[in-house]
Amino acid sequence: MPIQTSRSHDGQTLIIRIEGRFDFSTHQAFRDAYEHGGTDVRGYIVDLAEATYLDSSALGMLLLLRDYAGGDNASIAIENCNKDVRKILTISNFEQLFTIR
Amino acid sequence: MDEPGAENGPLKILIADDSDSDRLILKTLLKGLGHDVLDAANGRDAVRLFQSGAPDIVMLDALMPAMDGMEAARQIKRLAGERMVPVIFVTSLTEAGDLAQCLEAGGDGFLSKPYNRLMIKAKISAFNRMRLLHQALSRQRDAMRERNRQLLEEQHVARRVFDNIAHTGCLDAANIRYHASPLSVFSGDVLFASPRPAGGMLVFAGDFTGHGLPAAIGAMPVAETFYGMAGKGFDGSDILREINQKLARILPKDMFCCGVMVEADFAFNQLRIWNGGLPDGWLVRSSTERYSLPSLHLPLGILGADQFKAEMDVVRTRPGDRLLLMTDGVLECSDAAGNLFGEEGVRLALENAGNEGHPFDALMRGIEQFTGQLNFGDDLTLFCLEMIDEAGLAVLPDALEPSSLAGPTEWTCEYEVRERTLGEFSPLPLLFHICMEVPGLRRKSGEIYTLLSELYNNALEHGVLELPSEWKYTQAGFDRYYEERTVRLGRVGGHYIRFRFHHKPVGPGGRLHVVCEDSGSGFDFRNHPALQSAAVAHSGPRYGGRGLVLLKRLAESVRYYGEGNRVEVVYEWCP
Repeated sequence: MPIQTSRSHDGQTLIIRIEGRFDFSTHQAFRDAYEHGGTDVRGYIVDLAEATYLDSSALGMLLLLRDYAGGDNASIAIENCNKDVRKILTISNFEQLFTIR
Repeated sequence: MDEPGAENGPLKILIADDSDSDRLILKTLLKGLGHDVLDAANGRDAVRLFQSGAPDIVMLDALMPAMDGMEAARQIKRLAGERMVPVIFVTSLTEAGDLAQCLEAGGDGFLSKPYNRLMIKAKISAFNRMRLLHQALSRQRDAMRERNRQLLEEQHVARRVFDNIAHTGCLDAANIRYHASPLSVFSGDVLFASPRPAGGMLVFAGDFTGHGLPAAIGAMPVAETFYGMAGKGFDGSDILREINQKLARILPKDMFCCGVMVEADFAFNQLRIWNGGLPDGWLVRSSTERYSLPSLHLPLGILGADQFKAEMDVVRTRPGDRLLLMTDGVLECSDAAGNLFGEEGVRLALENAGNEGHPFDALMRGIEQFTGQLNFGDDLTLFCLEMIDEAGLAVLPDALEPSSLAGPTEWTCEYEVRERTLGEFSPLPLLFHICMEVPGLRRKSGEIYTLLSELYNNALEHGVLELPSEWKYTQAGFDRYYEERTVRLGRVGGHYIRFRFHHKPVGPGGRLHVVCEDSGSGFDFRNHPALQSAAVAHSGPRYGGRGLVLLKRLAESVRYYGEGNRVEVVYEWCP
């Protein structure tokens, strides 16, 4: 599975791990990951340590997650991006919407 | 199409056998199974019956007089064309070589003599299943082909509508070069350029998430907004705000538009630029001197109006400087091994350009050499604008059709903006619009816009905000001027700017009186050099202090009153 979910130790954060290409082909799986993540989730971590590539439709998916998680009140961190992925997030200035670590 | 569609329904079966008894047995068997039978005693008759009777399945004896089964099979398959008509050889042959020949001639299978009712029934239903499957696939393929044709046709029509909206601009101006390669009929990229009423140009390059119809649907309102507002004299920031708001409202959450807006002012040698999500733009001065213009904003269509920042950065330029903009299709070009062209590729191509080479050609050549193709795969837009003397530009056609309605020729109007509105709103497009309602005055739109904007900017920047124009004489001061302008605009209070217009017809043209008054402390107009003599007009280009000279040149008369905070301009025009 290219997308796996787990909970943080305190159980309040849903961690979504993406492997390989993060693009339109993962659309449904990514959506399932947060929609079926439980109703008691306070925050989200998108872990891109194993993601090799991210395209503009993935940026769109992140926006959908943000909207789902409460828009401006959403707490979403994007973690462990490689250089290329980081570059794409930076060009789009997504650090204004997400915590990027 | 002919079709006994159901799997167990009666079929029309053509049989050919030169042995009367064998033929009769087979015919009786098939009729007993409920099928209709056409029968022939040789290959030639079989082919004729095939043409006239259009059977669903053909059963041929291999060895027959006049024309043998193999030749008949060949001709029948040829006549059937795309239609799948199973040809079964009924034969007593057992040699592998003979049987292979039957298959090579187009046969689909065998049935050996003597006949067995069960075997015949099973074979026929197996071949019928194959026939029906083939039919279903062909139907689906035809439907898909037709649907695709329709879709393409619709896209071509939509494309024509889109082109009428998108390409009304000045992309063919002498100082613009561009390349746009669509991935499909609509790529996700858009590129617009429009002359501004007061001179200079507005350019927008954009890249929608996705491509095809969804991207084009988003592109339409962007094109309309851009050209509509640019023609009315709105500036880049206003248009960005409008586009962002519109896209945020109409696009689904996961769609947005990366883009760059550029205001080019050739007279002042200045660019104002806003980059939200596109790769670095470049201001290229020479092969060794260039400045990056990185994305500092979120793409359009994501943030609400209250969070969106449309402020554009000012970049000083020199004549001959070239501005390069690109969509990420440029960076994502790949070579045969899958390596990306990337920012490094752009850098190398620009460095290799040398001082003689045009950076646009250098980059195009770089991409061609890297990808090894003349036709690049992805949607890719590359745009280059050269900073030239505006006088060198061919006169650009007035994009807006003149209205066929009679308009006002004799009117007065007073309009005042006060307090915080001064910091948040520019009345220029509105005032410009009122003046443009006068029939015939649109042909002077450039002069009118310049007149109004000089009056308004003087009143705002020098009168209300008290910014000294001397700052604009140096590069450092210039930056400071614009920083300070933003700061002071943010806390403006207790001020107003008032315009009073009066227009009346004179002969075929008219006379426009404009009085502009502000609440500032004015200036020493009695000793201002620009109001003393024409000498300043020849003192060479300077960053500031040129506004008054420009006003004097355009208008019949420019008179200052009071403390210098009230100016009256008379503009006379002839069509």
